[in-house]
Amino acid sequence: MKTKITGNNLYKIFGGDAAEAVALLRAGRTKDEIFAATGQTVGVHDVSFSVAEGEIFVVMGLSGSGKSTLVRMINGLIRPSAGEILIDGIDVAACSGEALRRVRREKVAMVFQHFALFPHKTVAQNVSFGLKIRGVGKAERRARAHAALEQVGLAARADSYPDELSGGMQQRVGLARGLASGPEVLLMDEPFSALDPLIRGDMQQELLELQRRLKKTIVFITHDLTEALTLGNTIAIMRNGAMVQTGTAQEIVGAPADDYVAAFTRDIDRSLVFTAASVAEAPEALDIGAVDAEGALARMEALGLDAIHVVEDGRLAGILTWRAAHAALRAGTPLGEAVLRDVPAAPPQARLFDLYPLASAGLPIALGDGKGGLAGVVRPQAVFARLSRKDAREKV
Amino acid sequence: MPSPADLVSIPFAAWVNLFVRDWLVPNFRPFFRSMQWPITQVLNGLSGFLNAVPMPVFAVALALIAWRTAGRGVALFTLVALSFIDMIGLWPETMTTLAMVVTAVLFCVVIGIPLGVAAARSDIVRAILRPVLDIMQTIPSFVYLVPIVMLFGVGVVPGIIATIIFALPPIIRLTDLGIRTVREDLTEAAEAFGATPWQMLVEVQFPLAMRTVMAGLNQTLMLALSMVVIAALIGAGGLGLTVFTGLGRLDVGNATAGGVGIVLIAIVLDRISQALGERRAPRAPTLMRTMRSLLSLRGAGGGTNEEEDPKRRKGV
Ligand SMILES: Nc1ncnc2c1ncn2[C@@H]1O[C@H](COP(=O)(O)OP(=O)(O)O)[C@@H](O)[C@H]1O
Ligand SMILES: [Mg+2]
Repeated sequence: MKTKITGNNLYKIFGGDAAEAVALLRAGRTKDEIFAATGQTVGVHDVSFSVAEGEIFVVMGLSGSGKSTLVRMINGLIRPSAGEILIDGIDVAACSGEALRRVRREKVAMVFQHFALFPHKTVAQNVSFGLKIRGVGKAERRARAHAALEQVGLAARADSYPDELSGGMQQRVGLARGLASGPEVLLMDEPFSALDPLIRGDMQQELLELQRRLKKTIVFITHDLTEALTLGNTIAIMRNGAMVQTGTAQEIVGAPADDYVAAFTRDIDRSLVFTAASVAEAPEALDIGAVDAEGALARMEALGLDAIHVVEDGRLAGILTWRAAHAALRAGTPLGEAVLRDVPAAPPQARLFDLYPLASAGLPIALGDGKGGLAGVVRPQAVFARLSRKDAREKV
Repeated sequence: MPSPADLVSIPFAAWVNLFVRDWLVPNFRPFFRSMQWPITQVLNGLSGFLNAVPMPVFAVALALIAWRTAGRGVALFTLVALSFIDMIGLWPETMTTLAMVVTAVLFCVVIGIPLGVAAARSDIVRAILRPVLDIMQTIPSFVYLVPIVMLFGVGVVPGIIATIIFALPPIIRLTDLGIRTVREDLTEAAEAFGATPWQMLVEVQFPLAMRTVMAGLNQTLMLALSMVVIAALIGAGGLGLTVFTGLGRLDVGNATAGGVGIVLIAIVLDRISQALGERRAPRAPTLMRTMRSLLSLRGAGGGTNEEEDPKRRKGV
């Protein structure tokens, strides 16, 4: 996939002479040592990353770990002390003021933790702010603001003022304001952290829903790992200004890079992270037209299975248990009648959480390939084995 | 008893005389004279207009403005106060004073708001302005009447210039304060959407600072009114002159009448300008607005899946 944003060896030092502190960092000194020695604060420490077009890139870390600083480098609100940041190959860190404004107007929009809605403007005026700044005419502004508000379900409140809306509604306006100017990149700095947990969950689902349609490149900041795992295609974990691990949800939870990451992942509900594909085995299936009961039993013996999926003309047709095949052999009935047509099935990207009810039937779960065929098989035992398996590091 | 004066005596007064009389006045008098021109124009226009408007028309118009901005009570008070002024025979003087004061405040706004904006945007400008404003506010207004007379002569316009100098600091200070106290995340948001410094000012900073700026305007207006009598010393007319001549002739009646006129005008203008500032405050939900939002919610028919209790919502 095409890379949209790249950061290369980014540093940000607050206060004093940055070059000196960067030299100290490169020599291996820590953030605390540098603060003690020079009084300077390390915001971001040698961070490199890349964000693919159309993905949600989540940056997670405790408060003060440099997330806000990093995300503000992407639209140039904060200039890095060293390093480069490329959007579509243009180095934002080295842009002139005018070029930077153009990037902000046309490419990159931002959504803020405390909404940052303008209290003196109506919802529609807030949403069309970016367009007004760009010099778009009044009628078109109004139309596009309405379209953006429609996307977040708030078209009816276009003429309200922000202080008349609840927190969740305000952040939807913030989101609509970000979307209205049609940016390619959306920066979201802890957008849901100020909301009640229930509303937060709703907003996460709405964001995912929107993203399925809009396919923006989103950089999403959070201090909540569950939120990161729910939303992120890629998750980067920051600590003391440095990025300690970058990977998919499964990679982060399955193999935490260090104790810091492991501490985050310890209490995570693993069933929400791992997908069916992660515990799937290669599909073994019988072609019902080409095999008899004896052959089927021999195949199951050979594979050590007590149930096997059945295909017909390349399409999943059902499942055959060892017991049913054995009964058919003894009674001499056609094997086809012994096949159970009602098969527990799920898509490969289903979460283990969604497999619980299927696994309780005790039969292997078929993973469809989307075209009626069989892409893999999940044994019920494998689901629970995956959930209980602790990574070696986590035992520490 | 020995004192420092026995050792050295400094001819300070002579130095100042030298500076003002022999350098400033001969070299810059034409320049200062030409500065009077715009003030004269505005003043002539305003006082021509105010003196031409019949008293009842003016009174009703001002009462209407008061009613729209500050409510019925202030409107009623305006009517009564203006009628009273007319009945004690001070209407023309009041209009002259009003023209002077409004002219002075107008120039304070035109000079003060840009200076306040500049001070808010640059710490250097602020550092320079600050001691100047402190001096302007601490020097007794009598003190700069003398150089003003030397540079500008006597008359109404020099009186207005003295008034401008005296009344300028609050609007500068409060514009500066208002812009500096705009929430930082809002200016950051404007910047993130690519606003230029000018757009930032016009779209975000100034509207949000408006309330504070209006408080500054109110103070400036009150200071300008308080200069009315002092300005009469150097030839400005109006109510100030009534008070001044009353005092000179030990005519307590006339002096008091002029004083009462000034006080009444001050109260009316204070109330109206304060109300103007309040009006920019976050809107109280009016009946119309509540009805409208109720209707629009109903119209959406639950199309928005917002289930939060409005009472629980967070203020920002
Ligand atoms: N303007 C600033 N001046 C000085 N230090 C700052 C500034 N902004 C952030 N910092 C420091 O940089 C570090 C990272 O801050 P930030 O990026 O806001 O972290 P996060 O968003 O992860 O909570 C913190 O130690 C913070 O105190
Ligand atoms: Mg932050």
